[in-house]
Amino acid sequence: MPPFRLERNQRGRLALVNERGETFEDIEVVRAFPLTDPRHWISICDGAGKELLFIDNLDGVEAATRSLIEEELSQREFVPVITRITNTPSSDEPATWQVETDRGATTFEVESDEAIHRQENFRVSITDSHGIRYEIPDIRRLDARSRKALERFL
Amino acid sequence: MRELTIAAGSLPAWVRTLAGAHVPAGEAVLTWFEPDLDAQLRYASGLVLLTDRQVVSLEWSGSRANGKSGGPPRTVKQWPIDHDSEFKCKDQAGVGRLELVRQGEVLASWRYTMARAAGAHRLADRWEAEVRGEKVAPEETKAAETANIECPVCGTPSPVGSSTCASCGASLSKKAVWSLFRLFGVARKYFWMTLLGFVLTLAGTASGLIPPYLTMPLMDDYLVPYQGGHAIDPDMVKWYLVGLAGAAVLAWVLTWGQMYVLAWVSERVAADLRTMTYQHLQKLSLEYFGRKRTGDLISRVSSDTDRICYFLSVYVLDFATDVLMLVMTVAILVSIDWELAMVTLLPLPLISFLVFRVQGRLARGFSSGNRAWAELTNVLADTIPGIRVVKAFAQEDREVERFHRSNERVLHTNDRINRVWAYFSAVVVLLTELGVLVVWIVGVYRVFHHSVTVGVLTSFVAYISRFYTRLDSMSRIASATQRAAASAQRVFGILDRVPKVVEASNPIPAKNLEGSITLQDVGFRFGTRPVLRGINLSIRAGEMIGLAGQSGAGKTTLINLVCRFYDVTEGAILVDGADIRQYSLGEYRRRVGLVLQEPFLFYGTVAENIAYGRPNASRTEIIAAARAARAHEFILRLPGGYDSLVGERGQFLSGGERQRISIARALLVDPRILILDEATSSVDTETEREIQVALSNLIKGRTTIAIAHRLSTLQRADRLVVMEHGEIVEVGPHQELLDRGGVYARLYQAQFETPHGTAEDPEEEDDDDLAGAPAAAIKDK
Repeated sequence: MPPFRLERNQRGRLALVNERGETFEDIEVVRAFPLTDPRHWISICDGAGKELLFIDNLDGVEAATRSLIEEELSQREFVPVITRITNTPSSDEPATWQVETDRGATTFEVESDEAIHRQENFRVSITDSHGIRYEIPDIRRLDARSRKALERFL
Repeated sequence: MRELTIAAGSLPAWVRTLAGAHVPAGEAVLTWFEPDLDAQLRYASGLVLLTDRQVVSLEWSGSRANGKSGGPPRTVKQWPIDHDSEFKCKDQAGVGRLELVRQGEVLASWRYTMARAAGAHRLADRWEAEVRGEKVAPEETKAAETANIECPVCGTPSPVGSSTCASCGASLSKKAVWSLFRLFGVARKYFWMTLLGFVLTLAGTASGLIPPYLTMPLMDDYLVPYQGGHAIDPDMVKWYLVGLAGAAVLAWVLTWGQMYVLAWVSERVAADLRTMTYQHLQKLSLEYFGRKRTGDLISRVSSDTDRICYFLSVYVLDFATDVLMLVMTVAILVSIDWELAMVTLLPLPLISFLVFRVQGRLARGFSSGNRAWAELTNVLADTIPGIRVVKAFAQEDREVERFHRSNERVLHTNDRINRVWAYFSAVVVLLTELGVLVVWIVGVYRVFHHSVTVGVLTSFVAYISRFYTRLDSMSRIASATQRAAASAQRVFGILDRVPKVVEASNPIPAKNLEGSITLQDVGFRFGTRPVLRGINLSIRAGEMIGLAGQSGAGKTTLINLVCRFYDVTEGAILVDGADIRQYSLGEYRRRVGLVLQEPFLFYGTVAENIAYGRPNASRTEIIAAARAARAHEFILRLPGGYDSLVGERGQFLSGGERQRISIARALLVDPRILILDEATSSVDTETEREIQVALSNLIKGRTTIAIAHRLSTLQRADRLVVMEHGEIVEVGPHQELLDRGGVYARLYQAQFETPHGTAEDPEEEDDDDLAGAPAAAIKDK
């Protein structure tokens, strides 16, 4: 990975300065594997989606830049983590889910069972009717009631 | 002389006998053929013997008398032949004609139905080989001699014991029930559990028979005397009641155990059967899938195995219990009072007869029921994937109508079964009632004459009602057996199918292939229809070959042969000098990469789809492959990047995107031989350009055979192979073929030249791009 620098311009947008000193304004930071490997494989693209730089591992990036990247990523990615399921979603389609997430309580609709996807053994992701993804990192850590509500779909 | 013995030794016995009678000693019988029509296309038996000097044709009148039955032939004709003679086969509309031609003159002709076409082609081919001076061992005849069953439909020999023909799937054994016995083979693994289950069944059944036995002395020794004013011991009454309760509890525990154990076994047998079937299905060649309908296969693997499971877990269990119960009850009844027992058993033969009668009808009903069900599944499997076409042509109503019709058929077949069944059940109930009535009559009569006690009569009635309930449920096994047997036959229909493309017995490893390909006299037939003939081509390792030609010219067949989806029917395909049939099938296919016109994406993430051919590929490798395939950037734009889910048919991606993912998939397995089936439909120029870059990365350094439609591919190919009617007509580089002004030049003009000139310009530009841009990407790996 060549040396690079990130800057925040006056409009609050990020800019990339590469090893030759060229500056690219309005860059976007994208995770290649947002679900399965969020700490690695991060791509920095220009506004048109052309890749400028690819970071294998965030740990290899110096701290200041890393925090800028992480800040940008958390701004960009909206993936609430479900901590509790408060209703018992029906198996009709669409089903309404009432949940508590790390970003607060919310209600969403799930179109079909296929939107509930078991990623690995205990990680589950749910995509609602608007395409927003909700994550449950480990179903074993949910309380018994929530687990019971979820288990019917797995 | 030597040859005669070799060849004649492999002929079927009846052919050999006839050959002995009609072929002069010293002539070698090369092969034989049985025409089954006469010149007026009426059915008639015949036998054509081809020797190295003449053709002998025997004819019988009509189809009944033939060589096998030993009747003398009506006519015997001979034609001497030499190397100027040739045989020609022509198949049309189910009827074929084999002609013996010398210098344009037709000397003889024979007619046959398609069932005999293989023999006609074999004869023609064998003669051609003879003319060319090849010595061919008549292999097919050997196979026919060793096998014991010959399929009545297609004539392919099958090993003894198969229930269906290995080649066409026709049923060989008429009794579907036999298929059920084959389930024991699958269940052998669970022998001890099954045994436990049956022991429990035995014990459970016996415990169910205790209560009436206890009521007998309870009544005769205590209740009746008590009513008669005698003093009794109330303690013993208590013990009898406790005994009754104990028997009930015992029966409950044992039945519980028995049901659980046997259900456990049957669930596993069904699961094994499902896996076995699916595993076998995966081994079958593409040809099989081409002929079967998706819905039918799905219903065989899913609902038929499920029915078998239900049968094993519910009916077999019930039946075993019933039989035990009956035997035990009869034993008890006889031991108590044999005369009354005889009266009790009176309706039994009648019911057995009825079961026997009904069974046949039900069997037919269920097998057509299963077919109706498969038809219904077919409609679903057809229309759901094709829903876009349905909607685009506004044919929803018609499809609903089609579904409705299939559903009606299911309804009708079920109605038929139910009619038979309802009648049968009612008759059994009636007989049961009559049986009980007879026992009462005889019993009451004998009680009056003091030859039996009231207790004996009550226990008899208790036993008899149990007995008839059992008989009733036992008669149900008739329908259940037939239903399960029909399913088992359908499942074994898949399992008995022998894969056409088989693993070599001593496969040579295909680890490090160079990738040179030689096609030697390759011919291929679909059934009897020749698709490819006399293909000779040698491809250097790393060379790129473009296949051109009109659709139907045999291009796809050729690449299917190189992929070993089918095996050649004639000649051989050599890779690195060895016949591809000698390589281990799995390893060979791993060295072959395939990019299809219509890339298929499985339900899963983008990363999983790219890594389909190498599931353990690292993320670095996946990204490198995606980069080289020009897919990386658009994947990053997807909401979940490489973790984005793509649907069953990859609905969320555009055609060009899917194409590039499939290119990445091929790149990741790093094949030595690459097969490209280029899309005929064009995409926009930008996408086209990305795909071209991706393709050029893929092709680099690999032996490539591409069905080429794009001009850039045609130009990039080292050599173009132009095919027409299953044969190679021209070979050479693009420009050379254009200059030659032959088939290719004509094709090219039809495709690319517009009234305003050629469409070459924008694509030329593409080619320039190819040189520089992608070079780094593939090395990243």
